[in-house]
Parts: sequence; structure tokens; C-alpha cells
Amino acid sequence: MSSLLDLRLVFVTGKGGVGKTTVASALALLASQRGKRVLICEVDGRGDVAGLYEAPPTGYQEREVLPGLFVMTMDTEASLREYLKLQLRIPVVGRIGPLAKAFDFVATAAPGVREILTVGKFCYQVRERQYDLVVVDAPASGHIIGQLAAPQAINELVKVGLIRSQTDWMLDILSDPARTGLVAVCTPEEMPVNETVELAGRVRTETTVALRGVVVNRVLPELFGRQEEAVFDALCSARPRRRLDGLVGEEAGTVLAAARLAVTMRRTRAAHLDRLRAGIDPAVPLFFLPYLFARSQGLRTTRQVATSLGEELGF
Amino acid sequence: MAPARSSPASSPPPTSLDGLVAAKEIVIACGPGGVGKTTTAAAVGLQAALHHGGKVLVVTVDPARRLADALGLEGIGDTERRVPDDAFRAAGLKPRGELWAAMLDTKQSWDALIRRHAPDERTKDEILRNPLYQNISGRFVQSHDYIAMERLYEIHASSTYDLIVVDTPPTRNALDFLDAPERLADFFSSRLLRWLIVPYRSKLVNVATRPFYQIADRILGTQFLADISEFFVLFQSMYDGFVERAQSVTRLLSDRRTTFMVVSTLEAVPLREAEFFADELTKRRLHLGAIVLNKVLPGYFTDPVATGTAAAMKEQAADLAAALAPDLAAAGPELGDEETIRRVLGEVAESFLNFHVVANRERDERAHLAVAPEVLCAVPFFDTDIYDLAGLLRLGEQIWSG
Repeated sequence: MSSLLDLRLVFVTGKGGVGKTTVASALALLASQRGKRVLICEVDGRGDVAGLYEAPPTGYQEREVLPGLFVMTMDTEASLREYLKLQLRIPVVGRIGPLAKAFDFVATAAPGVREILTVGKFCYQVRERQYDLVVVDAPASGHIIGQLAAPQAINELVKVGLIRSQTDWMLDILSDPARTGLVAVCTPEEMPVNETVELAGRVRTETTVALRGVVVNRVLPELFGRQEEAVFDALCSARPRRRLDGLVGEEAGTVLAAARLAVTMRRTRAAHLDRLRAGIDPAVPLFFLPYLFARSQGLRTTRQVATSLGEELGF
Repeated sequence: MAPARSSPASSPPPTSLDGLVAAKEIVIACGPGGVGKTTTAAAVGLQAALHHGGKVLVVTVDPARRLADALGLEGIGDTERRVPDDAFRAAGLKPRGELWAAMLDTKQSWDALIRRHAPDERTKDEILRNPLYQNISGRFVQSHDYIAMERLYEIHASSTYDLIVVDTPPTRNALDFLDAPERLADFFSSRLLRWLIVPYRSKLVNVATRPFYQIADRILGTQFLADISEFFVLFQSMYDGFVERAQSVTRLLSDRRTTFMVVSTLEAVPLREAEFFADELTKRRLHLGAIVLNKVLPGYFTDPVATGTAAAMKEQAADLAAALAPDLAAAGPELGDEETIRRVLGEVAESFLNFHVVANRERDERAHLAVAPEVLCAVPFFDTDIYDLAGLLRLGEQIWSG
């Protein structure tokens, strides 16, 4: 199977709080470091992506924040305006005004319209070949299905009209596993794993997009092998601990207890990883990213994640 | 003359969840996704049932399967169920009150709403059959937000429960569900709706609206436009009922008996979102009762003495291993290998120092929290998942009494 970075359009999704935006940003950074011209699009725009590159917030107009790496924030109204101009040849000067309201209304009433403008924009970028790779920091896993299934849903609802004719080439791009793929991010915890397994099933049955990988984020380090764990257990018993207290200070017991917490946490999480592996099609690879014991989020963290991701992808 | 006693209204606010929840009828748990909102809501409901008595209902959106199991919620749709006594007995608990739980099923709730508001059988059937309606009630994101609040209103109005704890759906924008009732009312009274409905009623389209239809026709196709129109003509018949209901829901949210509990972790992104959310609640004059910080690392990770011990352990691992080897060998000959002991000590110390970095960042975040709720509480990082009443109890005890 070809590498993730050989795709033209990658949607990155995941349950809230698992580090979806960080992974998407790292993936885009990695691709740009490997010489590709990359666009990363933020859909639930709060400007987090630009922040992860230490760049000022971006808008609908893409901006190069690092060499070969462009960032944009999705804005459906701007996308509509562009769409009208490019596809329907309806020039729109300034704000759309009443049309925007009408659009808002129809988009709210008719599920899929907003989504198709979003997905349409990405497909358009792919078709125009201005970038080698478009990475989408997509909506959380609860909402991604609606977005990816939108062209098909529109096909079912809208029988004629220009939108209908637009959805065909979008579906072509979205359904092509050589060009488009979905990456799910999760952490080795109960709910994220449940949601990822469920997502994998729904992606297969409700969309035409291929799940190309699951990134397991924040994997805790394994502290001990089996022999070492026996030694650790022995160290925690009363006599050695008292001796240790005497040698390095009163809090040796606390330090040992902290390690015990880390070991248990890792073990609980390992069980969830087994469940994840069992619940996902064996052909879909899992990529593991270590828990980062870092001070904060920012370009340094994004680089570290990109490096780990590169190792997992075999670079 | 002695100074007037302060009125009850100005008495100090509660300093614990116990005190806060005791005075409320509705607790709404909200905040970013993935921070343990559902579990926290369930834990608060359990504490209330244990200590305050009465009938307590926890309404959840998407509980973890094992948690749903523990609450007896598996596969029951959105009917309210009482958590069985057996489950309490198994956890060694004897609650003063009753704990009830319900899972929100968006589709079912929407259908129920239509049945209630539809003026006649025919309208009801046509709406339920309408493809647009099926799409909206099933997939449409905002419909979850609206229906959660609608359901809350309905349950509260039934006056069956002394306390209702609601877990809000994960939203694209954490505030969506607050605006949902109002937005729905706006929606039905908008001029655009009338515009859309006109061509369905008569072919007479006036000059002012013609450009709109021309564009809409070109983009969406006439058939789809007609579908939309039909849908809204049907909905129009329920307009009064819906708008009135939406306004009642809004009133209930700002009622004195309702409080909001913002749940977050101390990680930067969720925390910023939670702060923003808390800020918005205050701006809307809604009651920010509590902030619950989940998955907080134990305090010992920032303790200077423990940190010094870990640093020393790392530095002197070889010497310590030599000193400890005889003790360990006495416990078992295979445990006395100095090199293994050195590695273990190194890993133990390293792990502590790693978490020390994260714990410091968390402490800093907590110290600079930009909002001030009545109650602020933290839940330590549990080493295992919470999936039964005993686990909920363990969590609840951490936050209940302050």
C-alpha cells in the first residue's frame, strides 16, 4: 500500500480532546519537510492550527506559514462566494447580504449544503493541483460522517440542478483510495477507542472514503519488562523502601507510588489498544505516538509529533 | 441600632458541590469533548441520590457502554429507568433517594415532539415521512442541541424529579445548545421562510423575490426547492407551539433553579474552550455554578521534596542499586541483580520527573484560570476507567464536599 503522504487529500478526525488538530498539523508539517507543497485547512476554525506553527491566525485565504506549508481556515460564506463566481459565473461584489441570509437559511434547512461547500472546496484544491497534499483538520468524529457523505446525500436529495452535476466529480475524488483517505486519531482510553471502532464501521458503510490509518496518540512509555517489574514490586515492599528513604530522602515512597500509577495507567490503556486492534480492519495500520511530557503546545511540540509520526511511517 | 443582618440573598455562596446542588433542580454539565462530562454528570447524580435523597435523574447523551451497563441503560432508548437496587447493593451503597437514568435518543425525541405539536394526523404523518425531516432529525447537528434542551424542559415540566442532571451533547461550538431554542424560534418567524413558502402556495412570485428564486433554482433545482417548501408549510402549522416552547426552554435555562457545571481538564486546548464557555455563561446571565477539572495529576508531582528525591534517585541509581541489592536478594535470588535494580530505579525516577513537567504546567494553568465559579473542584487522575457505581462513587467523593 502506498504511503499516507502519497495521497492528495487527507481528512484527519477524532473524538474531542485526543489531539486531532496536533496530529493534523504534524502530518502537514512532516509532508512539507519532505519537500511537498502542503495546504492544511482548519474546518472548525478557532485558529488552533496557525497557533501550532507559532503563526498569527489565518483566514479563508491560504497563507504560507513555513516553507511549503500553507494554512487556511474554512469559511462557508466565503466558499459560497467563490463557488458562485467560479462555477456559476455569478459575480458577487462585497458581502453577499440577503443572499448570504438565504444561503444560511437553506444551508440550515437542507443538511448537506454547508458540508458540500466545505468538502467541495477541498476537492477543488485537489483538482486544481496547486498543492501536492491537502490535509483537513476535519470535524470531530461525530460530525465527519455527515461531511464525507454529503455529496452522496445531496445526490439523493437533489435530483437536478447545478449542485447535482457538481457532486459527480467530487465523488470521483473522494472515492479514489489513491487520492483521498481518512485518518482517525484516538488515545488508548475507553471512549476514544469505542468511538474510533464505531467510526471505522460507519466510514465503511456510509461513505465512499477509505480509512487509511488510525493514529494512537499519547501512548505512555513502558517502564519495565517482566523481570524489572518483579524488582520494582520488591523495591516497593517495606524494608527496601525504608532503606531507600534513608539513602535519598523521605519521599522515596511517593516516587515509587508515582511509578506505580504510571504502570497501572499504561496497563489499563494497553487493554484498550487490544480492543482497538480487534475492532478495526486488520488492513488499516495503527500508528503510535508517545505521550509528550512537554511544557506546552506550540511549534516545538508539533515538530516532535511530526518526527514521531515520520518514524511510524517508516521515514 | 445594630447593623441589619445581611439578607439571605447575599449570604455567602456555597463552597461545595453538595451545597450548590442541594439548592437546584437542574444541573447542566457542559464543556469541551473528551473531558469526562458524562462520567462527572453521573457521579454528581449519584452523590445527590446518596446524600440528598428524593428522585434524581441523570440524562446522558452518549455514555460509555460499561457505564450505560452500570446504570441499567443498555439498549433502552430514551425512556427513564431506575438504577436497580442490586447495582447499589453490589457497590455496598444504600442511597437515601432514587437514582434514575435516561439516554437521549435524538430521533425518538424529535418524533415525539412532532406528534405533540402536529395539528392533525395527516400533518403528523406527512412530516414524519418527509425526507428532509428525516434528514434533519437524524443527522442535523443542531437538532441534537435543540432536542437535548427540549427534553430537559419536558422532564422538568413533568415534575417527577427533585433534581435533573443533564449531560450536554458534544457540539461543534460548545454554546450551540444555549442558542438552539432561540434560533429555532427565529427560524420560523423569518421572512425567508415566507419567501420559500410562497411559490408552493401560488405561482405568483413578485419582482423583489424573483432573483432569489432564480439563483436558488439554478443551484438547488426546482424539485428540491419544492421539497423544502412543503416541509416548511407543514412545519408552519406547528409554529406557535414550537416558538412558545422554545421560549419556555430559554426561560428555564436562566431560571434560578438551574445551574451550569463546566467540566474540563487542565490541558491547554480544552481549558481555553471551557474558559470561553464559562465566560459566555456569565455574559448571558446564566448561573455558572461550578467548574470541575478532571484528570488532574496528583499534587505530589509538584512537591519539591519528592522531586528532589526523584532527581537524587536518578543521579545515584548505581550506588543505590549496590546498597539495595542484598535486601532484594534476600527476598528472592533473581531480584538481586544490581544492573536490573539500577535500571528500575532510573525508570522510576525518570517517570516521576516526566510527570513533574506536566504537573507544573497544570498547576500554572489552574492558578491563572480566567473565570471564577462558585465552586471549583479537581478530580485526580484515576489509574483505571470508571465503569460502575463504585467508580462513580470514587469520583463523586472527590468533588462533593469540597
